[in-house]
Parts: sequence; C-alpha cells; structure tokens
Amino acid sequence: MKFGVVVFPGSNCDHDAFYAIGNVLQKPVEFIWHQSEDLANCDAVILPGGFSYGDYLRTGAIARFSPVMKSVEKFAKTGGMVLGICNGFQILCEAGLLPGAMMRNSGLRFICRHVHIRVEQTDTPFTNAAQKCQILKIPIAHSDGNYNCDESTLSELEKNSQVIFRYTTPDGKDDAAGNPNGTVHNIAGVCNRERNVAGLMPHPERAVESALGSADGLVIFRSMVEALVGAAKATA
Amino acid sequence: MATASTEIRVTPEIAAEHGVTREEYARIQQILGRDPNITELGIFSVMWSEHCSYKSSKVHLKRLPTRGKLVVQGPGENAGVVDIGDGLVAAFKIESHNHPSYVEPFQGATTGVGGILRDIFTMGARPIAVLDSLRFGEITPSKNTIAEDAARNRRILDGVVRGIGSYGNCFGVPTIGGEVAFEPCYSQNPLVNALALGIAKKEEIFLAKAKGIGNPVIYVGAKTGRDGIHGASLLASAEFTEESKQKRPNVQVGDPFMEKLLLEACLEAMQTGAVVAIQDMGAAGLTCSTMEMASRGGTGIEIDLAKVPQRETGMTPYEIMLSESQERMLLVAENGLEHEVLAVFKKWGLDAVVVGQVTEGGIARINNNGRVAAEIPAHPLAEEGPVYHRPIAAPSPRIQTEKDWFAFAPEGANLTANLGKLLASPAIASKRWITEQYDTSVRTNTLAGPGASDAAVVRIKDPKTGVVKRALALSTDGNGRWCQLNPRVGAMHAVAEAARNVACSGAHPIAATNCLNFGSPEKPEAMWQFSETIDGLAEACTALGTPITGGNVSFYNETLGKSIYPTPVIGVLGILNDASRVLKIAFRDEGDLILLLDGAGDPTPARRSERSEESLFAREFSSSEYSKAIAGIVAGEPPAIDLAAEKRLQDCLVALATEGAVESAHDISDGGLAVTLAESCFASAGAGLASSALGAIVSLEDAAPAESVLFGENGARAVVSVSPAKLARVLESARQYNVAARELGKVTREGSFRIEHKGSTVIDSPLEILRDVWVHSLERALTAK
Repeated sequence: MKFGVVVFPGSNCDHDAFYAIGNVLQKPVEFIWHQSEDLANCDAVILPGGFSYGDYLRTGAIARFSPVMKSVEKFAKTGGMVLGICNGFQILCEAGLLPGAMMRNSGLRFICRHVHIRVEQTDTPFTNAAQKCQILKIPIAHSDGNYNCDESTLSELEKNSQVIFRYTTPDGKDDAAGNPNGTVHNIAGVCNRERNVAGLMPHPERAVESALGSADGLVIFRSMVEALVGAAKATA
Repeated sequence: MATASTEIRVTPEIAAEHGVTREEYARIQQILGRDPNITELGIFSVMWSEHCSYKSSKVHLKRLPTRGKLVVQGPGENAGVVDIGDGLVAAFKIESHNHPSYVEPFQGATTGVGGILRDIFTMGARPIAVLDSLRFGEITPSKNTIAEDAARNRRILDGVVRGIGSYGNCFGVPTIGGEVAFEPCYSQNPLVNALALGIAKKEEIFLAKAKGIGNPVIYVGAKTGRDGIHGASLLASAEFTEESKQKRPNVQVGDPFMEKLLLEACLEAMQTGAVVAIQDMGAAGLTCSTMEMASRGGTGIEIDLAKVPQRETGMTPYEIMLSESQERMLLVAENGLEHEVLAVFKKWGLDAVVVGQVTEGGIARINNNGRVAAEIPAHPLAEEGPVYHRPIAAPSPRIQTEKDWFAFAPEGANLTANLGKLLASPAIASKRWITEQYDTSVRTNTLAGPGASDAAVVRIKDPKTGVVKRALALSTDGNGRWCQLNPRVGAMHAVAEAARNVACSGAHPIAATNCLNFGSPEKPEAMWQFSETIDGLAEACTALGTPITGGNVSFYNETLGKSIYPTPVIGVLGILNDASRVLKIAFRDEGDLILLLDGAGDPTPARRSERSEESLFAREFSSSEYSKAIAGIVAGEPPAIDLAAEKRLQDCLVALATEGAVESAHDISDGGLAVTLAESCFASAGAGLASSALGAIVSLEDAAPAESVLFGENGARAVVSVSPAKLARVLESARQYNVAARELGKVTREGSFRIEHKGSTVIDSPLEILRDVWVHSLERALTAK
C-alpha cells in the first residue's frame, strides 16, 4: 500500500497530508512532483490544499493542465482512488473529474475555523470507516469554497448519493446556520458516480490529533487504508 | 569615470532632494574622492536613509542587552537566532511596514509580511508562524473621531487584514497571534508590525556574508521592475504630508505565490551545499543586498546590471539598483558548483542568473553593458555612514491634579453595564472577525491559535523525522498610551506583558525582538521618548532574561506634524520543553477554584496604607482601558512596575504548567481582573468541554475602590483555575516562588457571571449576554455603514 501526495507549485498542505499519513497513520507515502507523469505505483493519490500556481486566474484552473494531471485522470478512469482536499477539490472540479464548480464564499472573505460536517454516505472508500450521519469537527481554510452546479447536476448528485459530506451545526442540522460559505445544499464534499474520486473543502489532514483541536479527520484516511487493504485482499 | 554624458549632473541640491544633507554629501565626496554620479548618489541615499542605516537610533540601541546563553545570532543579521535544543534553532524577527500600509493598506501589509518571511528563510529557516501587531485610529465615531475618519480607519483596517491574510494564507504559514489596538493618534499613521518565526537545524543556518574571491553572485526570484523605488528612503524615512498619497507608486506589490516558490527553492538550494551566502532584497533592493554582503564579508563585489532579469525595458542603472520589487534574493555560490544551485531554481520555474562575482579589495563595482555605472567602497558605504547624537529634551512636565483623573463610582454601585461597555470596546472585544481571515492551522503545528492561550503556541516537528517534543510560544505587546504617559515605564510593561503572556501559556521566556515605532528623530521630544524607551527595555529585558536578538526602528511616524504615541512593540519567544503542557485561558470544569496569583505578594500593611489613598489609585487608573472606554479619560501614569515581582510570577506559572497543576491561566492586562475572568469563561465554550460557556462566582475583599479592583491593570498578576484536589499543591508551589495565591471563587455551570466586592454584588449578568457583546462587537463596528 502506498499513498502519493501531489506537489503543485503553490501547494502548501502537501506536508500536512504527508505527515497525517506517514507519521500519524504510519503508512507509506511519497510526494509526486507536478511535472512527473509517473505516479510511482501509488495506490491512492491525494491532491493537497494550497494555492496552486497562485490561483490568480481561478482556483485550480492552471493546475489541471499540469503533466501529472494526465496520469491522475488515467488513474481515476481505471478506478484508482483520488482524494482532493480544498485546492485539490477545486482542481478535480476544473479537471472534470468531479462535477460542479467553486465560487467565492458568500461573505467574500477567507474563512478559517473549525466547522462541523456530517458523513452522508459510508459506501465510499473515503468514508467506509465512519458511521452514517457521524458529525466530524474539521477546520476549513478557504476563500472559494462555495460549491455550486446546475439544477440537473444537483439532482443527479443527490439521487446518486454523491454528496458525501454536508456542513451542519454542531448538533447536526444542515441549515443556513451550519453553512459557512453559501454552498448549495450545504455541500462540503462530493464523489464521482463511480465513487473512487472525491473532494472536500474542509481539511481532514489538519484534524488528526487531539492536540490540534480534533482528531475527527483521521476517519477519512482510515477509510482509505481499509479500502486499500480490502482491495489487496480481493486481488490476492 | 563612470558618469555618462546624458546623466543628470549631481549637485548638493539634487543630493538634498534625495534626503542627503550637506554634511552627508561632503562625506560621500570624501569616501569616493570625487563627486558621485546619479546612480551612486541613489545608492548612498538609500543606504544612509534612516530606515537602512539606523543613523539616529544606533547610539541608543547599543544599550540593549543582546547576549544570552541561548542566543546564537544577535542583531545585525536578517533575523535573530536562538538555540531551542535537540540541534534546532529558532529564527525570529519583527519589522514595521507602517507608511506603505497607510498609503496602500492591502499591498503595504502584504509586502510587510513578505519581507519578514524572506528575512527568516534567508537564514535557512522554514517559517512556521506569523504574528501581527496592528494599531489603527478609532473605528467608531466619538467626540475625538469624526465619522469620516472612523470610516477611513475601518477601510485601512480592512485592507491591512485582507493583505496579511492574502499573503500568509497563500504562502502557507499560519498567522496565529499578535494584537490590535485603537487610538486616535494612529488615524493617519497606522502601525503594521509583522513578526515571523522559523525553525532550522543549528548547523544549517545561513548568513549574509560574501566569501571566496571569484565565487559567482546569483540573482534569483522575481524580475526587477520600477516598483518601490525609494520606498525605504522616501516612504519610510520622512514624515507624511498632504502629498503623501501621491507616493502610492513607491509602495511595492506582493506576490505570495512567487515567495512560496522562492522559499522552497532557497531551502532546497541550501541543501546542495553549494550556497555560500544569501541575502534577501528588501528595503533598498539590489543596493542593500550587494553592499551589505560585501561589507560583512570584507570583500568586494562586481555585478553586471545587463544580466539582471528585468520586467520593464529601458530601466536605468539608478532604477535597477533602487527598485524594491519583491520576492528577490541574491546569493553567493561555491565557484564551479553554481550549476547545482541554478538547477534547483529551474526546477521551481524561477529566474536564476549569475550576475557577477565576489572580488578582492572591498570595492563594489556595478557595471552596465560594459560601462561602470557605480564604483563604491562597500564597507565605508555600509558601515561608516552617518551616526547622529540627536538632541534630546524631555517634554515639560504635565501638571495634573485630581480633577484630571478618573473619579471612582460610589461604593456599592452596579458596574455590570460598564463591564458590558468595556467588553464591547474594539480594544477588548474578540478579534475573531480579523483572525478568522487568517489561516491559523496550516502546517498542523498550532497548539494555541488566536485567543486560545495568552501566547500563540506552535509545536516543533523534527525537520527529518516529524517527531514532536517541544513547543514554542510567542506574544507581542506594547501599550502606546502608557508609553505616551511614561515611555520608560510603558516600555518595561511591554516586555513584562509579552513575557507574562508567554509564561501563562506554560513556556519559559528566552528571548525578545523589538519594533520601535516613533515620531521624527529630528524632534528632541521624540528622541527623549526613544531614549527613555531603550532604557526601559534594557532594564526589563535584563530582569526577565529575554535578550533582544533583533528587530527594527521605525521613525517619522508623523502626519502633518502630529506624532503617534511612542509605540515599542515587543515580541517575546518562549519554549515549552513538553508540548503537551500548553496552558490555555479557558476554564475547564465546574467546581474548579479560581485563584489570583500576584507576584508582588499580599499587600503588606505599609503598602496598604500607601495605597489607601484614593488619589494614588486614581492616578494609575486614569491610564487604563476602562478609564478611556467609560470616561474618555487618558491621563495619569501607567501602573508602577515591579520587575522582580514579574519574574517571580512568571517562574511560578512555568513551574505550575510543567507540573500540570493548574487547568487554565490568563494574565491580567487590558480591562483588568473582570475582563480576565470573563474571557476565561467565554473561552470555555470553544474548548469543546461544554456545550455552553462556564460561568464564575467571585468574591473580592480588597480595600481599594471597586472599579480599581475590577478593572485596574497592575502587572505581575494572573488568574488560574485549579481542581480542588490540586489546591494544596498549587498553594505550596506559589509559596516556594514567593507569589501570593488568593482564592477568589469558583467556576460554575449556572451560566451566570457574578462578582461581589466587600459584600455587595457589583457585577451580575447572564454570561451569554456578556459573551454576545464580546464576540460580535468588533464585527458590528466594522460592518457598520
């Protein structure tokens, strides 16, 4: 089992994802340079947070053209597990690997704080270790996390149970009070129809030890590990 | 000679336009043995500007203590460096970017943050935290502040906050602390002081000393443009007038993405072993970096401007040398190994060009297309500039009587409404609206972000293994109002409070950095304030064991002849040997006992009789936040300071934290005991231990007037909460450190906040009402139309 963390110019949560997997979960992990088309036999790829290429044009708009993204697309199309966190989520949307797009936060300001998200689906490799409706306390840190898509995409997403995380209040209500950035249907994270590619705006890699204020994010990485173990057993 | 026929001929008048005095011009002629050409004049003018040369402050700065057994690098390099154990060092420094932030708040603040970050990674240290100390004019209209000014101050604050966030968030460093204060004197001269902290291996620290004759000099990073020319000399070294807004083109523009690439590339290049020296191009750009590297190394340097990557065409040598374009570095590589350095920068997509070499003989030669554009002995330029003993004069003493001072409310008065007003004042209210615009958790080291503990606390991951053992705590402080009333005592309080905050987080204070914001050094009164401040800092830093390792001086903080309050901002760094022992301000559990620790001990009979004079209380109380917020009175004196008491209290706090004997700690400062208690209650809601905040019931018996007891700001005190089982242990520790520990009351779950004084209830409110006011007031004030 090996995780790969892609490093784009301007990625700044690459070290944090690396640390969460390598030091906290003690699983093999390596960095993948954006100019490389070789995913180094990784079994799961993480696109980390940050400001790839400065995000001056539109978040993730340039990064999707990086050489590494060709390989990530191929990897995803063949069932490989890909998780985009924050800027990584934005890149996956720009690359068309996930539906929808990100707009400016409704308050037009960068927001960094702990929020609560509810696990909506547990039949994905990113949530299989969680309980359905489990509330996770995880930080957000973004200016552009206001997820949106057209009506038909939205009803498809809901119908196919592709919304895997929703912002809620601490006691689990997905109302306006629990919505930090104006995102449609309080969406915090989605997966593709095949359920092997997912993105979320909150930073689970920043919530992996109680000393940091929460260890709730670990369940997402644990789910990925379990999915990989399961897949390895299935092929064995 | 170098002068081209088309160039402007330099005269003393042109020199004067560059801010160079007649005497300084004569000195230039003496150093060169001839008249300077225009490029050389430009170089001298920026190097000898107040901002770069410290010509007015140098003679005073010498009095600061700068040595200590943990100090690896004191003032004079890009940042101070201290030993933090396990082969690691911390590099940290604070710097001002005041004038640019007034002229163009967003870009002024971004480039302030960018500059201090470069200072840190130039040393080979990876930045792990930023703190910002901000001062603005009043943001709500009052009798001292007209609506138009308040609106402008809100706009400046908004731009500065966005700028700080924009740069730090993109760069990927958490912005986790600092403070914000408001006084009318900062209305046309806000202060933006940014502090950065970085970590490196002790043997991998880099210095800015050119070495090795023939070694190539490499320019890396962003291209040079016409932005920021004379930023240091004209913006930072002169007071403001009506025309200052026209100086907007002198403000640089920041690009945090470029800086992030530069950081990664520089740290990677340093690992090749091919880098000999490195210096960032900050104030005075290419001029400062070339001249200082050569001067420090005792070498010469030769560069060719035609090779410098340029953003615009037709730039003259004068413009290239004086540009303050951001995100650039100059480094010296080992001869023959430069390709290794160049390869790293190529990987990161950055310009890196060999522009010259280190030479023998101490001459800095600037060529341009085969012609000599400037030729200056580097050492005399960098080190033998003018040094001024500016005239000093104390202002005439203020005649004050009791009439000018705060008049205490009659005994038994209900002060609940006044506490509400105080909690709503921008100085005291929660700064959440500001700090939520900063990324506070990137790099996953933040153990205590804004407001969680009295100091910002980050853990240290070993750069190679990621293993965590220790943590670092940082706090910035500086009360301009107190320094205005008494600069020496005010300066001592700044050090004491920063160190006390660090101790309240459980960390042992080890070193300090300072940013000294003052008016014009050409005014004897401002120089008196400066000199008094230095003496106060020296005394306090010596007493508290926190040597000054660096910082900066910002003079000319005046607009239309009106000076700011003298505002020294002190950053104190502390170390926690066990990262799991961080103390936070939040009360943790119902039934815990609330204790007041007082380093000054219990009031002795002598002290009590002295203090029973109400006028004495009133004189010190008139300088408090409460006096200003409730009565509009700013007068009297700052509270008397007792550094030995501060030291006892701090040692005691660190010991209690190390033993894990107390549940929370919060010092008493702005707003006094009542605000300290209220904040510890408010914070409990965020601690995740209770769904709503814990309350408190407290009973006080002091003889002084109730307002003085509740809101007085005497130092050397902190409030801790203790579980009943550990009370005896805490009292014993306090006794060992000669610190008085007095039980004041209890943490409750009843949701009320109640304080009695001499048997009568002086404050009684549902906690949620106070909390709502405290949490939302700043946002309400800032978003008011």
